[in-house]
Amino acid sequence: MAQADTSAPAQEAHGLLYDPRARAVFYQVLTLAIVVGIGWYLIHNTLANLAQQNIASGFGFLDREAGFAISESLIPYDASDTYGRAILVGLLNTLVVAALGILFATLIGTVVGISRLSSNWLVAKLASVYVESVRNVPLLLQLFVWYSIITVSLPHPREEMTVGLDIYLTNRGIYVPVPLADPVWPLVGLALLVGIVLAFVIRRWAKRIQETTGKIKPVLWYSLAVIFGCPLLVWLAGGAPIGMDVPVREGFNFQGGIVRTPEFTALLAGLSFYTGGFIAEIVRSGILAVPRGQTEAARSVGLKPGRVLQLVVLPQALRIIIPPTTSQYLNLTKNSSLAVAIGYPDLVSVGNTTLNQTGQAIEAILIYMTVYLTISLLISLFMNWYNRHIALVER
Amino acid sequence: MANTDTFVPLPSRPPPRATSGFLGWLRGNLFSTWYNALITLLLVWFLVELIVPIVRWVVVDATLFSALGTDDPAAVCRQNDGACWAFIAEWWRFILFGRYPYVEQWRPALAVAITIGLWVISCDRRFWNKRLMYFWLVGVPVVYILMSGGILGLTEVPTVNWGGLPLTIGLSTVGLTVAFPLGIFLALGRRSKMPVIRILSIAYIELIRGVPLITVLFMSSLMLPMFLPTGVTIDVLLRAQIGIILFAAAYLAEVVRGGLQAVPRGQFEAADSLGLTYWQKTGLIVLPQALRISIPPLVNTFIGFFKDTSLVSIISLLDLVGAAKQALTNPSWRGFYQESYLFIALIFFIFCFSMSKYSQWLEKHVNTGTRR
Repeated sequence: MAQADTSAPAQEAHGLLYDPRARAVFYQVLTLAIVVGIGWYLIHNTLANLAQQNIASGFGFLDREAGFAISESLIPYDASDTYGRAILVGLLNTLVVAALGILFATLIGTVVGISRLSSNWLVAKLASVYVESVRNVPLLLQLFVWYSIITVSLPHPREEMTVGLDIYLTNRGIYVPVPLADPVWPLVGLALLVGIVLAFVIRRWAKRIQETTGKIKPVLWYSLAVIFGCPLLVWLAGGAPIGMDVPVREGFNFQGGIVRTPEFTALLAGLSFYTGGFIAEIVRSGILAVPRGQTEAARSVGLKPGRVLQLVVLPQALRIIIPPTTSQYLNLTKNSSLAVAIGYPDLVSVGNTTLNQTGQAIEAILIYMTVYLTISLLISLFMNWYNRHIALVER
Repeated sequence: MANTDTFVPLPSRPPPRATSGFLGWLRGNLFSTWYNALITLLLVWFLVELIVPIVRWVVVDATLFSALGTDDPAAVCRQNDGACWAFIAEWWRFILFGRYPYVEQWRPALAVAITIGLWVISCDRRFWNKRLMYFWLVGVPVVYILMSGGILGLTEVPTVNWGGLPLTIGLSTVGLTVAFPLGIFLALGRRSKMPVIRILSIAYIELIRGVPLITVLFMSSLMLPMFLPTGVTIDVLLRAQIGIILFAAAYLAEVVRGGLQAVPRGQFEAADSLGLTYWQKTGLIVLPQALRISIPPLVNTFIGFFKDTSLVSIISLLDLVGAAKQALTNPSWRGFYQESYLFIALIFFIFCFSMSKYSQWLEKHVNTGTRR
């Protein structure tokens, strides 16, 4: 007993050293101290350097006049506007190219991915060649190639090339006719939305009919009819305006219509074809991952090929396809920042001009980080919601 | 009864002509149904429309290397409609080695050969042991001495003159090898039970993965000088390299985390029950298994970064893409975009395609024992 008495205090000290909780606290405090220390050191140096260069930190510069022009913008902008507005223009340009890129990349990826599994040898081989060549060459290089194809290989507006329908391809941009402004057009857009909602209603109605009576309604045709029928009716009721704002050559350039600059077109094409190659591989492996027995079982209970795809194969394949496709969408959005290399005024491109003029490097980088993190978060949230929506419900 | 013993079957008849041989292959693979036939014919028409002009451009109308003998090869090129291969003949050494002194260019060439050699033996499973480490420990200093010089009678070449293929290979190799241990620590930190360490790791990984590489490169090229005490300067190439390392670490951390998650729980519990410390458990039991599982995705990450190093051309370093763009700014050779892009695209394709084939092979042949 006496022995135990003398050793007790020693064991306590010993115990603290070997107590996992005490150690954990110590390690965490140490790590935090190191990180904070490094952070403080870097900030200290930065502040000293900024003071020496007479740059005031903070976001006050956003209210100052930008003084540079931006070649394309969704909202009215000119050089006398503020830096804040210039960055907003860049942000909108990023969003436009990313949204369209995601749309086209998904289309290309789906078509090519299914083509690689085609029974037609030529189709499968061509799809493989496409996938292997876009995946193994840097995106930056592909952007340069697209840009040089558009600016060097397409003709000057004087000897424009047309693909019909008054669409003109020139090295100054692609000119597309748009309908003349008419009060009917917003209503037509509204009717399209109504049609889409109606299509959902029809789907639920058809499902209920099938569950109660077993009859299968041609949902696809009904949906297409309401989606396209509603706008068409509204358009006819509104007097069917057919006036178009057609691009017309005036001097050395075109007037009228809308123009997509070579920079925008090259960036969109590059992003869509590059990411499309990656999505194609995801789609292919997703379809291959559905066991053959599933298709055979579905056929043997008497489902038609279309229903087999819709009810058995796609729901299982989508579960595998969605998560990696989400990260491809995120990659595409982040890769749109390569716009700076070919001069499309996206967020990073405009931000860099701002940064060079004002010297506000930290603020500009903070803006980039906030914007891209927000976009990433939103896309992830949406795709996670969709993924949960189609996920397998287990007990 | 004897008849049954000597039963001789009739020789089997050949399959119908239309289902075997070349014709049968055509029928089965290209013209199986009317719409397949239609698609095939459309594609053949499209390919002819596409390939004929390309062949004309690449071969028939092209200006070959012989134009270099003339006084003004660029002018000869401009007279012809086709590709100007004389451009490549004139500029290939600049595109491959950048502004490295012309007479010393055997050094980057040798350095590239050694690095590729190191990678090739690293791909061979027979070298997956201590020997490989010695090869790298000898190889890397040799490559560095070859590139920078200054000793052993080699002329010193500052990093501003480095460029082309050595830069592309070097940035990706150094970037990934330095980022790898960082990535392992971040992945372990992300799975740590200590909240502060876990939150810091998650914050770092998600912050970096949330932003484009180009902003990280801008940050490292513009802000690193600001972070350092006034007056301290840091080499441009090193800044880009630091940016790539910081960026790659976050991505590698996620790859390693995937491997860590695939290690069965029982392995952790067994190690704990043996009384191993955290580092013994991690170093001896968990990591060896986790890293083995992460080898194929690691190769894929490497391919991605090999392509992404081309972004350093935006911060005006002369990697392959930067050097090709630089060559195109020469007044007499302006405009031969397609030739120079095709040339470097081919180089990238050869590297990336062989690496991706290797990674597919790995996925088939490695970890076969642990696969379910």
